[in-house]
Amino acid sequence: MNTEKMDLKEKLISSFMAFEESIDVNHELHDVRTSAIKNFENKGFPTKKEEAWKYTSLNSIIKNDYSVFPKHENTIEFKDVKKFFIHEIDTYKVIFVDGKFSSYLSSTTHDGLDVCLMSSALNKPKYKMIIDEYFNKIASKEESLTSLNTAFANEGAYINIPKSKVVEKPIEIIYFSTGKENALMVQPRNLVIVGENAHVQIIERHQSLNENPVLTNAVTEIFAQKRAIVDYYKIQNDMQSANLIDNTYIAQKQQSHASVHTFSFGGNITRNNLNFYHQGEHIESTLKGITIIGDKQHVDHYTLVQHATPNCESHQNYKTILNDSATGVFNGKIFVEKEAQKTDAFQQNNNILLSDKATINAKPQLEIFADDVKCSHGCTIGQLDETAMFYMQQRGIPKKEAKALLMYAFSNEVIESIKIPELKQRITKIIATKLGVNLGFDL
Amino acid sequence: MLSIKNLHASVEDKEILKGINLEIKAGEVHAIMGPNGSGKSTLSAVIAGNETYDVTDGSVELEGEDLADLAPEERAHKGVFLSFQYPVEIPGVSVTNFMKTAINETRKANGKEEMPANEMLKLIREKSELLEIDRKFLSRSLNEGFSGGEKKRNEIFQMAMLEPKIAILDETDSGLDIDALKIVANGVNKLKNENNAVLVITHYQRLLDYIVPDYVHVLMNGKIVKSGGKELAYELEKKGYDWIKNEFN
Repeated sequence: MNTEKMDLKEKLISSFMAFEESIDVNHELHDVRTSAIKNFENKGFPTKKEEAWKYTSLNSIIKNDYSVFPKHENTIEFKDVKKFFIHEIDTYKVIFVDGKFSSYLSSTTHDGLDVCLMSSALNKPKYKMIIDEYFNKIASKEESLTSLNTAFANEGAYINIPKSKVVEKPIEIIYFSTGKENALMVQPRNLVIVGENAHVQIIERHQSLNENPVLTNAVTEIFAQKRAIVDYYKIQNDMQSANLIDNTYIAQKQQSHASVHTFSFGGNITRNNLNFYHQGEHIESTLKGITIIGDKQHVDHYTLVQHATPNCESHQNYKTILNDSATGVFNGKIFVEKEAQKTDAFQQNNNILLSDKATINAKPQLEIFADDVKCSHGCTIGQLDETAMFYMQQRGIPKKEAKALLMYAFSNEVIESIKIPELKQRITKIIATKLGVNLGFDL
Repeated sequence: MLSIKNLHASVEDKEILKGINLEIKAGEVHAIMGPNGSGKSTLSAVIAGNETYDVTDGSVELEGEDLADLAPEERAHKGVFLSFQYPVEIPGVSVTNFMKTAINETRKANGKEEMPANEMLKLIREKSELLEIDRKFLSRSLNEGFSGGEKKRNEIFQMAMLEPKIAILDETDSGLDIDALKIVANGVNKLKNENNAVLVITHYQRLLDYIVPDYVHVLMNGKIVKSGGKELAYELEKKGYDWIKNEFN
């Protein structure tokens, strides 16, 4: 054990000034970053003593000696990573390799919409007004990991969809880690602005390409303007050595629809902080997830829907299947403010434990201050239905395949609501692979 | 075909079957009748290999082979079919895909190649017509949102697809209106031949008007207390189960 090794928190704080000198930032951003790093310095990495982190410990992963700024520009060949793309269809692509933009793998645009880089948006004068209006406006200024990201925010995807634009193809955002650094920490920052009546579909993925440890602390801010439709999909099917803290903040204006689907199939420790804020009436928010993990993997879904305005709806549906010694957490908070009458908030969380050693901590948290609302939540923890198993076995389907079909059936409610057919196919394929079955038909 | 000898079975140490003896030959239709709680459904589950029940004594043989050590799917591969009283819903898996999996797993277990797609389609078309099943129905998720009658018809459709040696129909008449009952019975009768056998388990005589049994057995308190021809079913219908109860008390 190297005792001289600097603690990750100290390392990040001491890197901050060097980082700021290395980039060309305007004055307002300098203030934002400075207060962000101060907040992180005060709070540090969250520990299990905090209620919000009671079931997820970062201790084991912050011990690694991460490079905070990758030294090299690493390249990868498309053929080697093709399988991580939804390559069956044409998409816009914003691709990063070890935190650096890869123009070779990307397919960006400024033609009628902006699908490009956060670094250009932050630095080019023509984007200044938008950055001033949106950057760090919905992301938490209290939460220490979000602050840490804000302090170092410089690269990621910048997506701006103008009024009434229906984006005809999905946008893929992929962060690859090559493993050429022994241990790498990356902090992507995405900003997505979807104009009035505009419609966009986005697929986000973090993918490491070998077993070297990676710690990703990502922040995504999404603004859905009036009547905008945003469908956001997160694919988390990473290597055993990859850790992800994914912080997503969504602000919705009236009559907008925003949905986030989170598919957690792999990685070491994954924490999803997903926050929805309502800023108008007749808003719909959808939060869905499928988690299928095993070994000692850990996935924590921490959701918040802040109902602040009347006549809005939120739907949450999270399905979890845990095998071996895997641990899962679902903490779903619904906050209904006094003004938010006629709120319709629904939360469902179903969990299946396939092993005696698997653990799930499920905690619905409803705080309701309005008196005329419809809020419901349901949570189940169980094993696979034995009658259903017997039924399928009776028809000649062996136990393993029967189990797989049941798990697929269990996840089906969430799979069904994927709006991109090729993505739906991909997700079902990943599930079939995870379950180790070949059923003779595509699930 | 199916030979049950001194079969005892219990669940959680409670004995439910207390020494059943039953011989079913190829080409025969047997009916087991009995009041609620007599052990009818337990008998069908035990034959099919449901692991919830412990077989404590006796044996079940199919064509001379003891089924004791075989898992439910292995019994299915050898030709045991059980039509469920309450078929299970499997969302996201269509009737067609479920049948493809069931048929190909059975063929695989019996050392055969997978069924070619065109042959499968032909078979599905033929058998769905037999049960008067709409084609659209086959692409729906298995049993999800099906009416009671549709579920039972779908069970017999699966039986037709799998062509079992012994088909056990557990309370297939429950939840069926008379038209659906006729379609189901007609399907069973058409599938019936000299090389297979049917065991009908029912509370009421009604189904036996359409699937006419060669033998009727009365099950009470885990034992077969009376056997006879099809006229026994009419007698039971007229006099009720108390008649037999009184006879044996």
